[in-house]
Amino acid sequence: MGILEVKDVNKRFGGLKALSEVNLSVTENTVHAIIGPNGAGKSTLLNCLVGKLIPDTGSVMFDGQSVLGRKPFEINQMGISRVFQTPEIFGDLTVMENMMIPLFARRDGAYRLHAFRSVESEAELRSRAEAMLEDVKMLDKRNMHSASMSRGDKRRLEMAMCLVQEPRLLLLDEPTAGMARADTNNTIDLLKEIKEKRDITMAIIEHDMHVVFSLADRITVLAQGTPLVEDSPENIKGHPKVREAYLGEAA
Amino acid sequence: MFGLGKKDTTVFVVVIILALCAPFILNPFPTGSSLAQFNAGYPDLMQRFVIFGIFAIGFNLLFGLTGYLSFGHAAFLGMGSYAAVWMFKLLSMNVIPAILLSMVVAGLFAVVIGYVSLRRSGIYFSILTLAFAQMSYNLAYSVLTPITNGETGLQITLDDPRILGSSATADGSIPVTNLFGLEMRHFTTVDVAGWSFNFSVGYYLCAVIMILAFYVAVRIFRSPFGMMLRAIKSNQQRLYYTGLNARPYTLAVFVISGMYAGLAGGLMASMDPLAGPERMQWTASGEVVLMTILGGAGTLIGPVLGAGFIKYFENIFSKINDSVLHGWFAFLPDGLENFVIAILHPFVGKGWHLTLGLMFMLVVIFLPGGLVEGGQRISRALRRDKPEDNGAASKASHEPAE
Repeated sequence: MGILEVKDVNKRFGGLKALSEVNLSVTENTVHAIIGPNGAGKSTLLNCLVGKLIPDTGSVMFDGQSVLGRKPFEINQMGISRVFQTPEIFGDLTVMENMMIPLFARRDGAYRLHAFRSVESEAELRSRAEAMLEDVKMLDKRNMHSASMSRGDKRRLEMAMCLVQEPRLLLLDEPTAGMARADTNNTIDLLKEIKEKRDITMAIIEHDMHVVFSLADRITVLAQGTPLVEDSPENIKGHPKVREAYLGEAA
Repeated sequence: MFGLGKKDTTVFVVVIILALCAPFILNPFPTGSSLAQFNAGYPDLMQRFVIFGIFAIGFNLLFGLTGYLSFGHAAFLGMGSYAAVWMFKLLSMNVIPAILLSMVVAGLFAVVIGYVSLRRSGIYFSILTLAFAQMSYNLAYSVLTPITNGETGLQITLDDPRILGSSATADGSIPVTNLFGLEMRHFTTVDVAGWSFNFSVGYYLCAVIMILAFYVAVRIFRSPFGMMLRAIKSNQQRLYYTGLNARPYTLAVFVISGMYAGLAGGLMASMDPLAGPERMQWTASGEVVLMTILGGAGTLIGPVLGAGFIKYFENIFSKINDSVLHGWFAFLPDGLENFVIAILHPFVGKGWHLTLGLMFMLVVIFLPGGLVEGGQRISRALRRDKPEDNGAASKASHEPAE
């Protein structure tokens, strides 16, 4: 039984069947990649996991609890953090403040009006934030305005913000989309490092085969809203159905 | 000091000094001199400076931190005034219960208005708050006449019950607002070699409350709560996916900000016990937006400066009429004198709005951070003259505005 269990999920947008009978199981402490050509329903599936969309039928269970009908912040409080396609950070805040917010969310829950305590006085959270920044090699940038950083740094910061919450499942939505080769490789290295250093369960939606094969323990191939195969990376590489989905019948 | 960082302590001390020494600072010109008309150290005017300062500080908590632009904040000011006057009518002329009730009433209304308005953001939020303010204005103006006394405004009269005080003083006149016997309107004038300074009880009460209000605002700015509010302004999507619910935070700051407005309204009524619907009009709501932006939204001291600036213009600049101009330009040949005055005429006196509008445009275009940014630029330029401070100056530009 995996930590995340998706069962018979269907989602329609008008006449378009975005997801049909999707079944997926993510095992703890593995990196599970979900790949597929454009329009395969990868993003729709992800949005169903984080509470942005609600499937028409089927169930999504996280650690034995249904996530359906819960709001994104409630799902995060259950232990699912999400990295966006384009880095979503608090651009007006400093790097350190960006790190403090997820820590407050983890310690104090969805809201708590600490109007008279100062952020400075939270020594324990600050040291945790600093340790995490050290891990992603950003400690020297802690007082920088995060909007002024490079895209690669923003991506690192966003990862750090998710990881500092110690999520039980980290969802990554095309973490290398639109990146140059060098940046892509940096991101792969970062993710590999994260995977080696801590026990973490990740589900990656990805387009780029290079990224997928360098990271994933398990791969699900999605095409036209249905999972085609689920297997280890070695077996996926040569799978005829996968080639067909990506390259068309003739291949 | 006071649980504040070093920089905040400096700002706080500056505000305390400005507030407590205002009677001197605002009366820089000797009474007899031709510049005496630029003196603003009258109790009445100084009270307005700090009361609108409180109003703007509260507005800045909402607008400066979360970016939610409320266009109906004057409604809370008006409600505060009505609540305070009712307290004077029913309970006693002591200002403390009046001020407390004005905050409570404004806070309760803010819960309701905020709960509905905060379902939308951006321009829709602004329109919703504007709609609520206009509804409040019209209710106060006509429908709720028994409570608000309509167009005339709510006043205290000789036959008010005042259960803890007296309906009339011994000599049969209406009692005055006081703080445990200290009359708000009481003031002493001290003459020092040509200068005269006015010290008024009402002003010092307002000033002390403003200092407290400012202190609370600084604490909120530096708290985790304040940081969340800035995060809401920066990226709500990220906040939601970080496990935080923005709604309780925005509602809380909306209510706090409404209570600041209520406090300002209550103080206004305490200085002069009457309340009219025009306090709730949309122009009054717009004024506090101008004050905050002019001073510097999201900065600590900006709203106070903006409020002082606009109120000074409103009261001092508007007093410059043609005869004053003639006095200034009498040294010019007649034709030229009339020409200069004809050009300046639309900008002064009743036309002070035109000057204010131009100033506002200049500030928004060239100093988007308001007067505070202007001050920072000047101090940075001054520091650049000293080469050894170069590092510190460039570092300061990366730090968030205070």
